[in-house]
Amino acid sequence: MNKPFAITLDVGSSLANKTGSWRTQRPVYLNRKPPCNHQCPAGENIQHWLYLAEEHQYEAAWRVIMEDNPFPAVMGRVCYHSCEKVCNRGQVDLPVGINSVERFLGDQAIKHDWQVTPGAPTGKKVLVVGAGPSGLSAAYHLARSGHAVTVLEANDKAGGMLRYGIPKYRLPREKLNAEIARIKKLGVDIQLRTRVTDLSATLAAGHYDACYVALGLQQGRLEPIPQQGHLPVLDAVSVLRAVELEESVAPLGHVVVYGGGNTAIDVARSAIRLGALSATVVVLEARDQMPAHPEEVREGLEEGITLLNLRKIIQIQDHTLTLEIMVSGEGRETLPTGQTEAVHADLLVQALGQAGDYSLFSSLPQEVTIQNGAVLVDQKGMTSLAGVFAGGDMTPSARNATAAIGAGKKAARHIDRLLRGAMESACLPQELADIRWMNTRYYSDAPRTIRPILDIVRRTSGFAEVVGNLDEDTALFEARRCMSCGNCFECDNCYGVCPDNAVIKLGPGNRFKINYDYCKGCGICAAECPCGAIRMETEQI
Amino acid sequence: MSHQPVKFYQTGTFTVGNRLLDESIRSVQATKTRSNSLNSGHRACQGCGEALGARYALDAAMDVSHHQLIAANATGCLEVFSTPYPETSWQLPWIHSLFGNAAAVATGIAAALRIKGRSEVRVIAQGGDGGTTDIGFGCLSGMFERNDDVLYLCYDNEAYMNTGVQRSSATPPAVRTATTLPVGAEPGNVFGQGKFVPTIAMAHGIPYVATATVADLFDLEYKVKKAIQIRGAKYLHIFVPCPLGWGAASSDTIKLADMAKECGLFPVFEAEHGKVTGVSKIRKLIPVEEYLKRQRRYAHLFGKSPATDVISKIQARADENIRMYGLLATDVR
Repeated sequence: MNKPFAITLDVGSSLANKTGSWRTQRPVYLNRKPPCNHQCPAGENIQHWLYLAEEHQYEAAWRVIMEDNPFPAVMGRVCYHSCEKVCNRGQVDLPVGINSVERFLGDQAIKHDWQVTPGAPTGKKVLVVGAGPSGLSAAYHLARSGHAVTVLEANDKAGGMLRYGIPKYRLPREKLNAEIARIKKLGVDIQLRTRVTDLSATLAAGHYDACYVALGLQQGRLEPIPQQGHLPVLDAVSVLRAVELEESVAPLGHVVVYGGGNTAIDVARSAIRLGALSATVVVLEARDQMPAHPEEVREGLEEGITLLNLRKIIQIQDHTLTLEIMVSGEGRETLPTGQTEAVHADLLVQALGQAGDYSLFSSLPQEVTIQNGAVLVDQKGMTSLAGVFAGGDMTPSARNATAAIGAGKKAARHIDRLLRGAMESACLPQELADIRWMNTRYYSDAPRTIRPILDIVRRTSGFAEVVGNLDEDTALFEARRCMSCGNCFECDNCYGVCPDNAVIKLGPGNRFKINYDYCKGCGICAAECPCGAIRMETEQI
Repeated sequence: MSHQPVKFYQTGTFTVGNRLLDESIRSVQATKTRSNSLNSGHRACQGCGEALGARYALDAAMDVSHHQLIAANATGCLEVFSTPYPETSWQLPWIHSLFGNAAAVATGIAAALRIKGRSEVRVIAQGGDGGTTDIGFGCLSGMFERNDDVLYLCYDNEAYMNTGVQRSSATPPAVRTATTLPVGAEPGNVFGQGKFVPTIAMAHGIPYVATATVADLFDLEYKVKKAIQIRGAKYLHIFVPCPLGWGAASSDTIKLADMAKECGLFPVFEAEHGKVTGVSKIRKLIPVEEYLKRQRRYAHLFGKSPATDVISKIQARADENIRMYGLLATDVR
């Protein structure tokens, strides 16, 4: 071949020069665990369903929720969304409104009548005692695994504390009924008005292979307070139950509620809706120490309830309550001051805690351990008696609906393994997607869409739902605020920013691959990955 | 200057791609079919900002010219690391002649194309800051003055890196360079020297002058595409950090480019016929110290007794840019 003057070699491509040999560290793709997923008591894969919702794939997103939680519409209303507290976006501007999007998806599912299919029958029978959130969650997951599930419930209706403890203004009953109906359609047999008094006998009679007990805490506790006169004193559980059944509660007038939890606030807000002249909540702790969720306290105050913090009821004299003024001590402790004040009351409702009735365990061949009024369970959710699982409020837990649903799911998983004789699958703990692994410069600033709140007048005059829905536009907007912490969302940054073209784009849904023949290990891809899905690892040289 | 019409709140306009966007409005770099004008296997250092900037700019130019593109290259890192005989990383017609004559070579190519009637073929001349602001400046000024149909791309990494980090007229004050001895007792370059070629280019009254950084891809691609479509002389000055010469982590390349813009030291703007027509506002203003501290070329300013007087003089330069170009968003002020 004739070559130009002074040229002896053919033109070659630089691809012959494998610059990968320069590398001392290599980028590796990984999935880190988003803080929301880590925090969720029901173990939802929140980041994943938000990812799908961002693309208008609402049904697929809903199905991801349903892998873990059969109550999206309910949870979108009553869950205290601790996920949002840990949301990394909160450190950028405001947390993603995860709860609102979940509610939107749950409502879409009801609107379009999306259903879930049961698993292939295994021939095993499981008994669930109690049709509250925990029992229904366990029943749902067991049915999806193919087991025949029977739920026995003492009340007239299923739902447990979701129905008899959470007022309608927080959870419209048609949403609850729709999600319970969906579980029934899965083939779960819910038998109402059936109280289990002897678990041993019930298990034997039905030839059950395993059981999950989630009775909840059904009895309101009454603190003994020295009393003279005839002031009606009720416990919060029976008041909320009466409200649900639309039974008349004692004459209302000026209502005083004693307690600082969500139940106390629920009672006070219900009292205002039922026409009480006033509703005063007497709380032992200071405002920032009380266990009630701040959002509920705020909404309650907007509706006109009165809070009396750092007060202890020490005496009841006819319609006059004597309150001792307390001061905050070390930690959560409160100390008496000896000073008192008087408050007028026509009804006193105590919301100081609940207790469980565990008599159904008494006839079992082996004792079930009960400590401090709670049934003890191991990490799998099993009691001290093999095959008998328990969860929800009656076990030591956060005692809210979300934790109860999570406990039901966990127990169902272990019951399923027990019945199949499957081995424990080793699951490596995932690294948490801390914000320091992320590059938030790539997320533009956007405020959180605040849920439209019904005006206060409309809210207090009845039991209409208080917190409004997001429409599709705002739900989509909210979902798209998710930063996809720790999980690649195919933003093409690594593919774009590599000075050596050493990132291969595999196409939609397939993410990327590093071409280690040319990757020099500069680390720009990892530094510029918005969501922290690339880690630099030292090369073994 | 936001050049992405659809706004998503998950990723804003800042990531390279966005799966939620229609393919037609994603960046060129996000496509699987980008031309990779500067291919793998080049010998640039780890994290080279110039290699990245060159691929960003040329891929965009290739895309908008439908692969009808010729590039003339000045001597410098970009030439040396991409084309050691007989290998080349360039995937387009590319010519290297001398250090100082890239603009003149490109002028010749443009003249030949005009004679041949090949108006669809676009011409680029490119070089580093040394080849542009010092050695090639005469040819560049002539190209501007004659309004030749060439887009000149200057990849500014603020020194001659190829000769072992040597001062150029684009090297900022107080920067320590390895092979240029300081004037006086203090290390670092002298205040009051050097030049900013974009404003000199504007003084020629040419159709289009712009600055960009490797930290804002959408802005860079928009400017390259706009320039390629204009007939006449165009100048685009791209800020490209050099990890080796600046003494910075190789993974910090894009971060440093962003910080230079966010502190005001590097103004990002565009100008037509000598008038500034648009500026990229600072998103979140940072003090120059944050930018300087990440680079060992400024290390002599910090340590046990920081040279606060020098740092405040650098801050004053940034403040002057912010004032002159109006870099603050009105709601920030």
